[in-house]
This record gives sequence, structure tokens and C-alpha cells, in this order.
Amino acid sequence: MTDIAATAEEQAINRSKMQISETEVAVELKGMNKWYGDFHVLRDINLTVMKGERIVICGPSGSGKSTMIRCINRLEEHQSGQIIVDGNELTDDLKKIDEIRREVGMCFQHFNLFPHLTILENCTLAPIWVRKMPKKQAEEIAMHYLERVKIPDQANKYPGQLSGGQQQRVAIARSLCMSPKIMLFDEPTSALDPEMIKEVLDVMVGLAEEGMTMLCVTHEMGFARKVANRVIFMDAGQIVEQNEPEPFFTNPQHERTKLFLSQILHH
Amino acid sequence: MSQTSTFQIRTEEAPRLPAPVATSGFIGWARQNLFSSAGNTILTILGLLLAFFIFEPLIKFALIDAVWTGENRDACLAAEGSGQSVGACWAFVKAYFPQFIYGRYPAAEIYRVNIVYAMFAALLIPMAIPSVPFKKLNAILLLVVFPIISYYLLTGLVIGDAVILPIVETPYWGGLLVTLVIAVTGITASLPLGILFALGRRSHMPIVKLVSVIFIEFWRGVPLITVLFMSSVMLPLFLPDGVTFDKLLRVLIGVALFSAAYMAEVVRGGLQAIPKGQYEGAMALGLRFWPMMGLIILPQALKLVIPGIVNTFIGLFKDTTLVMIVGMFDLLGQINTSTTDPNWASPTTGVTGYLFAAMVFFCFCFGMSRYSIFIEKKLHTGHKR
Repeated sequence: MTDIAATAEEQAINRSKMQISETEVAVELKGMNKWYGDFHVLRDINLTVMKGERIVICGPSGSGKSTMIRCINRLEEHQSGQIIVDGNELTDDLKKIDEIRREVGMCFQHFNLFPHLTILENCTLAPIWVRKMPKKQAEEIAMHYLERVKIPDQANKYPGQLSGGQQQRVAIARSLCMSPKIMLFDEPTSALDPEMIKEVLDVMVGLAEEGMTMLCVTHEMGFARKVANRVIFMDAGQIVEQNEPEPFFTNPQHERTKLFLSQILHH
Repeated sequence: MSQTSTFQIRTEEAPRLPAPVATSGFIGWARQNLFSSAGNTILTILGLLLAFFIFEPLIKFALIDAVWTGENRDACLAAEGSGQSVGACWAFVKAYFPQFIYGRYPAAEIYRVNIVYAMFAALLIPMAIPSVPFKKLNAILLLVVFPIISYYLLTGLVIGDAVILPIVETPYWGGLLVTLVIAVTGITASLPLGILFALGRRSHMPIVKLVSVIFIEFWRGVPLITVLFMSSVMLPLFLPDGVTFDKLLRVLIGVALFSAAYMAEVVRGGLQAIPKGQYEGAMALGLRFWPMMGLIILPQALKLVIPGIVNTFIGLFKDTTLVMIVGMFDLLGQINTSTTDPNWASPTTGVTGYLFAAMVFFCFCFGMSRYSIFIEKKLHTGHKR
């Protein structure tokens, strides 16, 4: 666990910068269920994420947290219930799926950069082919975001030549190049060395401060305390508990949550 | 030391030393690799002896005792009673060289074949060298313009009554021309077809998948000779009267489909090696199926299976010799017929002809093999995870 030290005061300042919309819904899951074969992985998921919210999802492995956020951009298919992203309901309609994927960025545990393309090409690929942007403009945008994640000097290298932390920052920049409205993070720091976790989290904190709607599956509790406005705890395919970070960590209600927190916080 | 402590602190940097002097130079290398032990020394000597016994007679036959000039078989016969052994009869190859290259193509029209050869070389070489610019234009010229022009150059062009280029029927084609036409068409057709069937076999659409599986398994299940026989002997029986296909065309289609089936399985192997994360990364960015395949998955998958692809190409190139069976004369077929010419009959004529065939085939296949290694190195972006 990397603890991002921040005083209560700082946190308050940071959080006040992060505006949450009271009317605009970014993502809505209504009575969503999913099965793998006969196995019921997600059970009756109900979740409403307002625009600008930063949500941290945690839980033991196999609890369905990754599956849940992967349903939001249809990397996984749900079998019943509704998923509404940015006003569009996810159905089998390929047009809708494309539209939603354009607006939802995602970062993966293993980065999933394209190893045969340079960093710059990784970042410009989707803007050029999906948004039909001229190459020049796409490159300018890519350089802008690479500067933001502090690796503009690596633009012409290949992913294999970068460290894990750098690769994950490239992956974030690559998503940002599509100017998404919502960002999904699927355990973005779990494959990284301790020294590299901070550089990735710093980028994510910066993103949160700019008001990006974020759903993060992560066990970085320091990050959760600093930027999340809601922490969701999942177990066995259900949302067991959700609360603001302070009460969530200091005063968990559900037995399962208490057990989980005691396991990860005291070792 | 009376005191035992787990505490340790480094007070000065450990010096960075140069690597120990390797046992370099040829002697060092030989000592390390060839004569490191008694057993290895024996093996090295045995190997050298074996190499000597193989190459000594070969060099003697092909170069030292060889006959280089001559008008007919007399040149390649040992003088009676001289006891001299006869080497390769290169004079025969020299005399028949045009036939080996062009077959029975009319002598007056051979310039047309030469133009095709020259165009092919002029377009292929810059295409193959990565640093030469204008790759897009080059590819269009090579893959679209060149086949059309060479089709008319080789077969002839008649507009109305005006004979611009006299027709040369394909039975007159032969030698290296036929070998190259079949191999190049087969190679250029089998790769894209193979990719399509590989994608089809992995498709989630049941009909597409079924059709791909049936196609691949059918063509892989029959021998190429059967395919050639069917296409040249059986197919005309099924076609309505008056409808004929050129025999060469039928062979071309047969060879292309046959190798496409093999190619499909090679490409499928590459597709299976691409981690799921690559698909997910591409999909999460909003790429649709074809851009995802064309930009992300296939470039990586094809790169992985370059050895397999080139393997199929080389196999195809050598399989072109099988067209002999349906009465077409590729390079080997042409050489085979020439050796029976009574004018040149001598004990070594046949062997020389086959040696020549082997050399030509080896040059092409070895060239493809080396080029594939070069491309593999070039495309390696150091991304082993």
C-alpha cells in the first residue's frame, strides 16, 4: 500500500475542487446480472454514478469488481438489467457500443499497450482511426497528454523499452487522447513495483482534480481516501457496502467489510 | 571478531570493472568450441573428414573436371581409353539455357518475357528494401499494375482485328517462367486468402466458421497432385461443352487454394498467440473489428509466424515442380525433357541438369529464407513481456 500523505485540510481543499454534478448521471446500472455459464458472477447490481464522481471499488479477488466495470464498456456482456452510460443504454446494437466506447476510457492492470507501435503511435491510433482526426492534430494532442503524464521524451520509443510505471502512464495518456467523459481503471497499479505506483497514482489524482468521472478498481487505500468521494465494497458478486471514504475505513458496517479491511490494513 | 551484527553499510562504491578478457581470437574460439575435450576433438576431426569426403568429389565434379564449352555430346564424353573421369557437362546447360528460362516461348516474343522479369525485379527489390521511399505507390504498382501488364505481355493482346502483341498460348510457356508464374501467383494469393480463412475459423459467426473449417480441412486433406489432376483432367468433364478454362489458370487456382489452406492454419497459430489484452485494449479505444484486426492484431500475429509463412512459401515454390504431372513444363520438367535429347546424351548430362535445377531452386528458397530472417530482426521492437 502506498500511503499518499495528506492532511485533512489538504484533502478538504482538494475535494472542494472536484465538482460533482447533482443532475447529470454518467453511469447507471439497474438490476444488472451476469452469469459465466451457470455461475452467477454479478448479482443485482444497482449503482448510479454522477458526472464528476470518483468511485473506488474494492473487494476480495473473484468478487466481480473487474467484471462490473468491464461491463460498462461492454468488454463483458451482461445478461439482464440495464446499463446506461452517458444517456445511452448498452444493448446488442453495435453502433451504441461504439459510441459508448468512444466516450469511456479504460486502463488495464497489464497496460495493454500495442507493442509493435511507438508510444506516440499508440496514442494517436484511436484519434486517427476512430475520431477521424488528421494525423498532425492527433500528434499534437498526444504530445500534450504525454507531457501531462511526464514522459514526452519517450514518444518515439516502443512500449517494451519503458518501465511498468511509464507504460501505465502511457496507457492513461492513450485513453485521454480520445477525450473520454468517463475513465475506468482496472487495478492500474497491481502489476507495478512499489517505486512506480506513486507516479501512476499522481497522474490519477491530477485527473480526479480536474473533475474526470472515474471508476477505479484498486486496493490503494491512500488513493481512495484522498480522491474518492465514494468507496464501494463488493463480495461474491454483490455490492455489500458503499460509503464515503472516511466512514468506510473508520467505521465499516458489514461483517464482510470489517474482515476485508482488517486483512488489508493490518499486516 | 567478537561482535556479531546484522548491520552493514557500504562506505565506498564497488568499482565498475571491465569484463574479464575473453579467450578471444580464432584460436581461443576454436579451443573453446571445437577442442574443449578429447571427445569434442574427435568429433571435430570426424566432422572435418566427413565434410571433405562430401565436398571434395562435388567440387571435382562440378568445377575441376567439368566441361564448360562444346557444341554437342562429344564435348562431354571422356576421350576413349583415356581413363579420364567426366565432370559436369555445363556446355549442355549453356546450350539449353534459353529453354530452361522461357520454355517453348517463341523466340521472337521472348523480349516480352524479359520485360516481365525486369519489371518484376525493378518493383520487388525496392519493395523489399525498407529504407526505399514511396512504399504505397510501389505496392500499387507491384500488386495491381504489374499483374495486369504482365498478363497482357505474356498471353498477348488483340484488340478487334489489330494484333498488338501476338497471342502466345500457355502450352508454349515453360521453364523458369512457369515456375515463377505459379509460385508468385500462389504466394500473393495464398497470404490474403489464408488470413481471411484464419479469421473465419476464429469467427463467432457459425456459418462463416463452418465454411472456413470445411475449406481448410478439405484442401489440407487432399494431396496437391490430386488437386492438379482434378483441375486439369476432371474439371473439364464437369464443365458444359464449349466452356474451357486455360490449363495454367486451373493449375494456378488449385495451387493458390491449396496453399491458402496451409497459410490459414499458420496465421491462426499467430492469432492464438496474441494475448486477449490486445483485443481488449483495442476495443476499449473504440476500434471496430477490421481496424482492430488490421492495425493491432494481424501485424503482431503475422510477425510471430513469419517463419511459418516463409516455410509455406518455400514449400509452395518447390511444389510447383509437380505440375509436370499434368503435362506442364516448369523448370525441372523442362530440364527433365532436355536430358533425353540424343544430341546431348552423355553419362553426366542428366546429373548436370538436375544439379542446375537444384542450384536455381536453392537460390530462390535460400533468398526467401534469409530475407525473412532480416525482416524478423527489423520488426523486432524488443517487447518480450
